[in-house]
Amino acid sequence: MNLVIVDYKAGNVQSVLFALERLGIQAKLSADFETIKSADKVIFPGVGEASSAMAQLKARNLDKLLPTLEQPFFGVCLGMQLLCKHSEEGDTDLLGIIPLQVKRFQTNLKVPHMGWNQLENLQSPLFEGIKEQEYVYYVHSYYVPNSDYTIAQSVYPEPFSAALQYKNFYAAQFHPEKSGPAGSQIIKNFLAL
Amino acid sequence: MLTKRIIPCLDIKNGRTVKGVRFENIRDAGDPVELAKWYAEQGADELVFLDITATNEERKTFAELVRDIARHIDIPFTVGGGISAVADVEVLLQAGADKVSINSAAIQNPALVEDLAKRFGSQCVTVAVDTKHTDATGWKVYARAGTVETEHATVDWARKVTDLGAGEILLTSMNNDGTKAGFALDITGAVAKAVSVPVVASGGAGSKQHFADVFHQAHADAALAASLFHFRELEVPDLKKYLKEQGVDVRL
Repeated sequence: MNLVIVDYKAGNVQSVLFALERLGIQAKLSADFETIKSADKVIFPGVGEASSAMAQLKARNLDKLLPTLEQPFFGVCLGMQLLCKHSEEGDTDLLGIIPLQVKRFQTNLKVPHMGWNQLENLQSPLFEGIKEQEYVYYVHSYYVPNSDYTIAQSVYPEPFSAALQYKNFYAAQFHPEKSGPAGSQIIKNFLAL
Repeated sequence: MLTKRIIPCLDIKNGRTVKGVRFENIRDAGDPVELAKWYAEQGADELVFLDITATNEERKTFAELVRDIARHIDIPFTVGGGISAVADVEVLLQAGADKVSINSAAIQNPALVEDLAKRFGSQCVTVAVDTKHTDATGWKVYARAGTVETEHATVDWARKVTDLGAGEILLTSMNNDGTKAGFALDITGAVAKAVSVPVVASGGAGSKQHFADVFHQAHADAALAASLFHFRELEVPDLKKYLKEQGVDVRL
């Protein structure tokens, strides 16, 4: 399989590469248009801050390319949020692939939402073999509310989008690359789409 | 439900775990990667690796080790020890660490916390706070591995670094550390109440009950221990089962 990870200096690229390596899969890290366009599947990782991530994407014109992709695409954590339209983080316009808003947690619970939380309402082949209430690892301060595109939710303290799907664009707010065997299964499921 | 985290901490020197560890079923308990894999399988929620070496040469060894750990374990981990600049953090995060913990450097140069949060995001910046109580001073922050008393009151300092962008506080009570008499519930509770970010309690764990206490009474978000786990006086699966029975939400 020709698997490409979008290279825009995102923080957790190495972790994603290692997670794939543990599954015996080699991936190419690239920001090159032709390489990304010709991939069978694309993974879009991300940690950090929305406006600086968008600046990195724009510096490589990837903000033009990514919305045009048609192969199965998987955004992880900030990589999920960047697919949306707008984020309260730095009042940032995002890629606008999925027509959703990214909001900051307004709660008296601790923010960042950090640690292992449970997946519910699993509604996608992405979660094949994953049981309801399975634990996955989160670390984030901004979230996407539940919507028509939500394919799994978690609760903190209100339900929010744990994962999204719009056409070929799949995305997870949690970190499958850091979520033990369940996370590996979710990555495998994406690769099998 | 977001669960409370149980975090074994490993001290590293020259790429090896330091304290003599007793593990019959591990090929090489001095190998941090072997030990880390074992803890991950046992259900540890995260791991912390502290580099207790000093020289730059040894620090390079540590960065290589971090890469090796990231390659082999599939749960999050924090690395700390001797981090004093943005460049140090960049190396460790690129090697695959999820979070870094800074301590004395934050005291010497609080702006470092802000720089790190801006550059890498608050989610990967843990500020480690070593605190000690005396009747004369109350709970004060200590620097340089607990050898130097600072002017900072602990709750004020925790608030300050959180305002600067710390995404987590790792609070170690020097009074309790090594005593096995339980965590410092009063200062842990005070810090957990004062800041909006997660607080990891450290120092003093000696029994399962101590973990239940620090979660129930001090509202810690996570609890860390070292020798208790390394010497197998307490095993992670037993601890988590007990906590669940005590009404603490844990990942089982």
